[in-house]
Amino acid sequence: MISVNKLCVQVGDFKLNEISFEVPEGHYAVLMGKTGSGKTTILETICGLKKVLSGTIHLNGKLATHAKPSEREIGYVPQDGVLFHTMTVRDNLAFALELRKWSKQQIDDRVDELASLLGITGLLDRTPFGLSGGEIQRVSLGRALAAKPAILCLDEPLSALDEDTRDEMCILLRDVQRMTRVTTLHITHNVSESDRLGDMKFQIVEGAVQRLSSKTAGKLSDLTGQVSQGTGSTSEKSAKMKAE
Amino acid sequence: MTEQTTEVHANTLKSRSDFPFYTIFIVISSIYVLLIVAMLAAETTYTTPDHIWGAFAKPEIRYAIWLSLVSCAITTVLSLWVSVPIGYLMSRHDFRGKTLIDAILDIPIVLPPLVIGLCLLIMFQVEVPQIEWVNSLLKSISGTLFGKEISVAKGDSVDDMIRKTTGLLFGKPFGVTYEIPSVILAQFMVACAFAVRTMRVTFDQIGPRYEQVALTLGCNRGQAFWRVVFPQAYRGLLAAGTLAWARSLGEFGPILIFSGATRMKTEVLPTTVFLELTVGNIEGAVAASLIMVVSALFVLVIARMFGLTRTGI
Repeated sequence: MISVNKLCVQVGDFKLNEISFEVPEGHYAVLMGKTGSGKTTILETICGLKKVLSGTIHLNGKLATHAKPSEREIGYVPQDGVLFHTMTVRDNLAFALELRKWSKQQIDDRVDELASLLGITGLLDRTPFGLSGGEIQRVSLGRALAAKPAILCLDEPLSALDEDTRDEMCILLRDVQRMTRVTTLHITHNVSESDRLGDMKFQIVEGAVQRLSSKTAGKLSDLTGQVSQGTGSTSEKSAKMKAE
Repeated sequence: MTEQTTEVHANTLKSRSDFPFYTIFIVISSIYVLLIVAMLAAETTYTTPDHIWGAFAKPEIRYAIWLSLVSCAITTVLSLWVSVPIGYLMSRHDFRGKTLIDAILDIPIVLPPLVIGLCLLIMFQVEVPQIEWVNSLLKSISGTLFGKEISVAKGDSVDDMIRKTTGLLFGKPFGVTYEIPSVILAQFMVACAFAVRTMRVTFDQIGPRYEQVALTLGCNRGQAFWRVVFPQAYRGLLAAGTLAWARSLGEFGPILIFSGATRMKTEVLPTTVFLELTVGNIEGAVAASLIMVVSALFVLVIARMFGLTRTGI
């Protein structure tokens, strides 16, 4: 479970005030918003990568507002994968497990399990150089899931992929989430991605996170540009509600 | 109507040749490249292999080669040790006074080398103030541990105190000024500034995302640095190392002032060139400088082999 309550974060001149929302355990939540609206800032704050000015973050019932990133048990998949170039794909997947001092046998078993789940068994002994966008995201997802985190945070993981690969990855993400039941927060500005994956949808509008009903979300146009005019209409305003 | 006018204008636009543009640029570039090549060709053809072997046979030049290689190696290692933490902190963290620290770090690069030597010389000649409790503490520690007391006498400089301390520790007093340590320190002051700049650019290029991912995977800051960032910085490290080595090999001004030009003591290769020239032995100077040219080319080739062509220097 992710519970964010009246969160205030400042990054340079950009400030987010009183952000509140909740993702219950085992759900796949999608957070949408315009470029520069603060989606990534919220995600990074949940991961412990940004300092909180005020407010609270609870992860699986525990207060984690000022906890170190390593204490939060979050799997983080950044935009563009950000794989460790000096390691092979196998070492990338095993990274979190080696830190947790798993035995070699346990690590090998877990890496093989992840590789077969994500369809990257053939890539294990390669370095990240030369991997396609989709392969990079699969490895990045595997690395995040390796230590069996309770929460998975995805920062626009499909934005750099072509249409076909994006479809494949959508199916993979949905299957993986259903199989592992990991509570997921996925950031995107793509409405079709949100419709396909999210069982809960949130949107940042003018610095506030609002929960969207599935009906409303379907009517939204692509959020890369201006928020659609319909968002402001009375009927749709009434359809939105704050998650808290 | 408007469309027609635009079309007419478009049709009347005369395509001009790019020939004058490229001619001027290529001529200017060629002059400079030719100057470099001509300079090296003149030096290499000035002397004969016999002269070079003759120079190698001289014990002074052998000593200078040995001291140059050893001091440059020590300077390079020290520069890397210092430049990695400074480069990382300056690249990753914003703090009050960062601009000032940044400017201070560039001082050895912009300061004339002779001035650096003079500053170092003066720094080690500064009189150590006599503080009673420090003196009694020094006496008690040295007396207890080594059976011989040392203290700050009136008029003692920093260098005098180093001599006293090393005499106590190693049985043989040696200072910094006009000794081998001064050669290393003079080289280090300049070479390290270049290494710091290179490492900072390296860490800037790596970006903080890798550490952030490592932190979420369970690393603390140290683990994230040593396991993820540092291995990725190996090209920058090689660049900083080769640069520091090359800079220290060619260092002359600060060494002349701070270490003197004593044969078989503080003589490095640039000092040899200077000393041989002052006695009119041009062949000897050329032979010594050729050794430096070959070393510099060797470093350049290594740097190119590892693809270190865009290090921001």
